[in-house]
Amino acid sequence: MQSLILTTTTRLMAALLLMFSVYALLRGHNLPGGGFIGGLIGATAFILYTIATSVSEARAALRMDPSNLAMLGVGVAALGGMGAGFAGEPFFTGQWLFLFQDGDSYVPLSTVLVFDIGVYMAVFGGILTLVFALEQEI
Amino acid sequence: MGGPAGWVSIAFPAILFLYFLGLMPQVALAPVLGGIDWVPSLGIRLAVLLDGLSMTFALLITGIGLAVTLYSARYLGDHPDYPRFVCYLLMFMVGMLGLVLSDDLIMLFVFWEVTTISSYLLIGFNADSAKSRRSALQALLVTGTGGLAMLGGMIILGNVAGTFQLSQILTMGDEIRAHPWYMAILLLVLAGTFTKSAQVPFHFWLPNAMAAPTPVSAYLHSATMVKAGVFLMARMNPTLGGTDAWFWILTLFGGVTAVFASVMAMRQTDIKQVLAYTTLMALGTLTMFIGAGTHYAIMAAMTFLVVHSLYKAALFLMIGIVDHATGTREAGVLGGLSKAMPLTGLAAALAAISMAGIPPMVGFIGKEFMYKAGLGLEGFGAFWVTMMAFAASVLMFAVGGIVALKPFRGDLRPTPHAPHEGPWPMLAGPLVLGALSLIFGLVPGVLGHYLVGPATHAVFGEVRPVELYLWGGINMALILSLLTFLAGWLVYRRHEAIRARLAAIEARSRVDFDAGWDRLLDGFKAFAAWLTGLIQTGSLQRYMAVTFATFVVLVGGTYILKGAFQAGLSLSTDGVHPVQWAVLGLIATGAILTVWTHSRMTAVAAMGVVGIGVALIFIMFSAPDVAITQLLVEVLVVVLVSLAMLRLPYLPRRSKMVFRTGHAVIAGGMGLVTTFLTISVLASDFDRRLTTYFEATSYPEAFGRNIVNVILVDFRALDTFGEITVVAIAAIAAFALLRGAPPRRKHEEES
Repeated sequence: MQSLILTTTTRLMAALLLMFSVYALLRGHNLPGGGFIGGLIGATAFILYTIATSVSEARAALRMDPSNLAMLGVGVAALGGMGAGFAGEPFFTGQWLFLFQDGDSYVPLSTVLVFDIGVYMAVFGGILTLVFALEQEI
Repeated sequence: MGGPAGWVSIAFPAILFLYFLGLMPQVALAPVLGGIDWVPSLGIRLAVLLDGLSMTFALLITGIGLAVTLYSARYLGDHPDYPRFVCYLLMFMVGMLGLVLSDDLIMLFVFWEVTTISSYLLIGFNADSAKSRRSALQALLVTGTGGLAMLGGMIILGNVAGTFQLSQILTMGDEIRAHPWYMAILLLVLAGTFTKSAQVPFHFWLPNAMAAPTPVSAYLHSATMVKAGVFLMARMNPTLGGTDAWFWILTLFGGVTAVFASVMAMRQTDIKQVLAYTTLMALGTLTMFIGAGTHYAIMAAMTFLVVHSLYKAALFLMIGIVDHATGTREAGVLGGLSKAMPLTGLAAALAAISMAGIPPMVGFIGKEFMYKAGLGLEGFGAFWVTMMAFAASVLMFAVGGIVALKPFRGDLRPTPHAPHEGPWPMLAGPLVLGALSLIFGLVPGVLGHYLVGPATHAVFGEVRPVELYLWGGINMALILSLLTFLAGWLVYRRHEAIRARLAAIEARSRVDFDAGWDRLLDGFKAFAAWLTGLIQTGSLQRYMAVTFATFVVLVGGTYILKGAFQAGLSLSTDGVHPVQWAVLGLIATGAILTVWTHSRMTAVAAMGVVGIGVALIFIMFSAPDVAITQLLVEVLVVVLVSLAMLRLPYLPRRSKMVFRTGHAVIAGGMGLVTTFLTISVLASDFDRRLTTYFEATSYPEAFGRNIVNVILVDFRALDTFGEITVVAIAAIAAFALLRGAPPRRKHEEES
């Protein structure tokens, strides 16, 4: 499909969507969002880009095979679950680290976030694998 | 010597062997227990029970393991896949040690399967050969099926006993034998042990397993793994043994296996096959004597266990050397090797004399105690066990001559390669094992005190003195022994004629277990193909129709049978906001449009409208997370389906009226049943325990205010992990389906 308007707006929209997807991923623990939703939004950004340009350009922009990304995501999620092992707790028990604690404000880091990033990657990669395969056939 | 992999493979069993040797005096006094919790919620422990029985096995596994790894470092050290071989072999060693040391039924099963899988990998080590692959798969399927049955038996046993801990179960024998489920436990466990230890009629996989490299045959399929079944029967003797069923099943199957295998051993010409069948004979004999169950019988079984492992491993390793040096294993071709290969000949002679049961070898003691045990039984049992043991021993005597006397004596015969002596790493194992057969025969007290005695105590369940001796005075057993030698010598003298006769019988016989197995497998495959063809036609419409119709019939039928309609029909529409009515109208319009239209694109878009309507409802009832997900998924589905649709042909103007009516009925039924289901779920009291728990603990314990996300990534992280794994695998599978050209088209391109 060749459309000047779509191609031009997509450049902006895809970037915004990707940014928003990371935002949704990170805020997910306290507000609507999370790895699953973030992954879906991120995939939408690339689907838009694919429709506006082509699969090969979208692939080039992604730099990594989406199926590898999906599998890597499963691995990252598993790694997040294993973090609990270092504390001697059962698999997938969340481990937390509160940095820069100052009164009520702090930067929370957790294995749960690692897990959610894995979910993001798996969903993102999984959907793009499908879309690229479908789009490329035509 | 195989590089680093070789040294690791040698050091591992060597260290373990010394470790177990050091523990031996302690274990001879009392069993050692230990362990950690593994799956505490199911009461499964990673627990160790080191008593006389497991000690005997542990020493055999590590000791013969050492001989075998040393041997294979030379035998296979130059093989490009040698490191892989070492991995499999060590994996097996760990599995087998875990099996014999287990104090927990489930742990035992897990290690049992580890040995099955490593055996599969080792038999199929020469993966280029179709024969090895077939043999490997056959062994895996036969022992794996038995293993599954055994797992069933163990779970029942664990529930009957109230614990999976073996050391406790062993003290509960009377209770379990009296339990109504005893027979089920017994038969299921025996299904596992009989397949693993290759009892007739499950024996056929073992001779085929000789496709493995020779050290593997010596180790897994003779000295250790196939004895796992024997081990488990011995282990279970205090719990399951002592009943009539136990006695007769074990002695009958064991006796038949022993004699059948000895006869089959006479029939073979390949010496490795001869040894394979004599291994079957040993397994049958062990099963028979464990079944006999008297103190003497157990003692005979435990002695023979050690005796057999020593001589059989030595013989297997010996034939490997001969094969390596001459290029053949045919009994008819080999002859006069003793000049060229004196040390190999010496090892073979030591082992074979022990196998024939000639004094002063330890094999003689084993045979004497078997006769004594057999004669000590009552009634028909005494006759059966003694006769079977006698017949098997006679044939073993003859086989000893065939495998160790004939290839080395007489004039040198031409072989594919000129024979030469084997290198020391390959000779060390068989020579040491052969020497041990002699030493234990001369000083049987050591063997009795440290291994056979404690093992017998563990299996018999109570402590009685055990004394092994070479000379027990002139008695019935000695007379039987002398008769054995005489008959054995006669059979050996005429073994070629007997072999020819057996070959003729085999050619006429219609019973062929191996071919029968193939037919069984073919039958399974044909059944699977028929069933798949019936259920999976490849038409998506058919799948949907069948799935939904099943749902309607089962759920709707349950509704009608239980009379559950009354509960659901009392809902009122009060308090539904006009905006909500509007959204419902939107959803309904979308649904009607989907059914009505003839354009696929319109149908997809209309379905999207339905989904977005549902998302709106989620927003109205303040579930933003679900709404966002629903919205995004709806968008993606529309995109994906439209992409897929471009590849489909146009819809016909109208499909047949019959189909449309049928589909309408199914769809209508589905809608009705789902609606009733939803209404009645909402009408009944809602169990809020989980919701309350999540609400209460989400922030304090998981530091998150978004409960949906906290459930996804923390409370139910394992579920989510499963889901993303499915997402990734489904995507890759779909990718393969879409990208891979169908095989037929590929074939056309080539031609």
